[in-house]
Amino acid sequence: MASYLAKRLFLIVPTLLGVAAVVFVIMRVIPGDVALLILGGDQAGHIDKAQLAAMHRQLGLDQPLWTQFGHWLWGVVRFDFGTSLWTGRPVLEELLGRLPLSLELAILATIVSVLLAIPFGVLAAARQDTWVDYLIRVVSIGGLAIPSFWVGILIILLLVIYFGWGPPLEYTPPWVNPWANFQQMVWPVVSVGYRYAAVTTRMTRSTLLEVLRDDYIRTAWAKGLHERAVVVRHALRNAMLPVITLIGTEFAFLIGGLVVTETVFTLNGVGRFVVDAVAHRDYPVVQALVFLIAFGFVVVNLLIDLTYAWLDPRIRYR
Amino acid sequence: MAVQYPLVQTATAPLAPPVTWGDEIYTFIRKKPLGAAGAFIIAVMLLVALFAARLAPYDPYAADYGAQFMRPSGAHWFGTDEFGRDVLSRIMYGARIALFVGFVASFVGCTLGALLGVISAYAGGTVDLCLERLMDILLAFPLLILALAIASILGPAVQNVVVAISIPIIPRAARVVRSSALSVKENPYVEAAGSLGASRPRVVFQHIVPNVLAPYIIILTAQLGSAILTEAALSYLGLGTAEPTPSWGLMLSGSASAYAEKAPWIALFPGIAISLAVFGFNLFGDSLRDALDPRLRRKA
Repeated sequence: MASYLAKRLFLIVPTLLGVAAVVFVIMRVIPGDVALLILGGDQAGHIDKAQLAAMHRQLGLDQPLWTQFGHWLWGVVRFDFGTSLWTGRPVLEELLGRLPLSLELAILATIVSVLLAIPFGVLAAARQDTWVDYLIRVVSIGGLAIPSFWVGILIILLLVIYFGWGPPLEYTPPWVNPWANFQQMVWPVVSVGYRYAAVTTRMTRSTLLEVLRDDYIRTAWAKGLHERAVVVRHALRNAMLPVITLIGTEFAFLIGGLVVTETVFTLNGVGRFVVDAVAHRDYPVVQALVFLIAFGFVVVNLLIDLTYAWLDPRIRYR
Repeated sequence: MAVQYPLVQTATAPLAPPVTWGDEIYTFIRKKPLGAAGAFIIAVMLLVALFAARLAPYDPYAADYGAQFMRPSGAHWFGTDEFGRDVLSRIMYGARIALFVGFVASFVGCTLGALLGVISAYAGGTVDLCLERLMDILLAFPLLILALAIASILGPAVQNVVVAISIPIIPRAARVVRSSALSVKENPYVEAAGSLGASRPRVVFQHIVPNVLAPYIIILTAQLGSAILTEAALSYLGLGTAEPTPSWGLMLSGSASAYAEKAPWIALFPGIAISLAVFGFNLFGDSLRDALDPRLRRKA
């Protein structure tokens, strides 16, 4: 187990280096220049060349790419992600200001989705090819099909038209005012949670269907166990592994992947931060965010693999 | 006295009638009603996209400033937008963009991914290790953010959106196909083909590829719907198809929310179109997976 862990931890390094390199290159390839944007306007002709060069020097963009990359990596190792070229504030500080919102949204959406998905997924599998199964499948396939930003637009439409209510613009943390926080978060959570519930319901249904065909399940039936005991105690426990993987990876993506939902509900979270940073060509911010999201993804993946060993005694890592 | 047996006995029992396409389709509809419903939705969308020029009641690009924000009516079934353009006509033309991007992006992404997956599984060793790490790196990027970055490098245009959407699909397809190619590779017939002197490409294309077609088709249909959704999201964020091209996601961005109170139908109908298209592909893909996956074919 310890050597397996060491091996996995070691393999994280090349993956993250690769991610760092890819983001770095992508950001430098995107046409557009942050110095131009800071100096105002895209019309290069109107800007003094010397001024532009000075700005480049000030931002460190005149150095060779290798130097820039090395400099950045050295910062990352010391947990220093540099300063935003756009606002001039440290990236980490900006990020920490926005993280609570995205984290809250991701956690609540995950909870909502799990609470909906597992019971309905089990029900659909236990009643395969009946109207219950069809209904659950149609609703969950619908959840995958309906863009979450459109659900958001519709919710806002309904609230605005019928209740004259607009979403508040400033984020209120739950520890400051739980009620204001609830009012702000409930709709985004519903629109994201429905989608992820749909994904998880389908996974629960299909893995459970496979497990229900196993020999030991026939044995359980033959022993005369009740349906609840067979399905929940015998089948569900074994069907949970892929479902947990899915929940874990979806969570890792939720934190960074809320780009569209945050845009719809004008929430100032991490997702919006990424979009704005890409638009401003704010290299350090995009690099840091993508790197951290990828880091979170890799760590969650590792945790999932370790959970496997804990849940399934047959799995032994070497 | 020895009994004389005829050397060759000719079968006289009538052969089962050959299974025709019609029978196959009939069985699919009867066994998988949801899948058939999905196929029906896809077929209708394809027809609308193909014959958009004939079916659309108006020119999707033509602004008519006398007819802005018209409610849905007999003349404009789905109403008109802020430029007085007919929403129904724009949705019909939008089907072309959505289906084109969906089909091409998922086909290109899945095919490249599948090839890499097969190569990775068959070659093994260092090649496998390197390709796997590369796929890990691509997978670690959030799909939408990767597409976002690529789309902003290439600029807003339909063909660029296709590239931006197909790249994140590659590692997902490679994963799935690699794992089933690994088990196919262990079959005795693959070894037999090798020992009979078949060349490497022959082994791969004649013996391995046909046996990983099922997972390939499954991931392809699964990606179709999500490719359409990603296109809509990119266009919604202003990084996909550019105005005035009628794209469903674009129709939802900007104006739709800005005039939401005045003209909710601008935001309503394109969203229904997106949902319906993805719904159709998912229903169909789901049933196809049930039908192709041998593990699910056994009766419970």
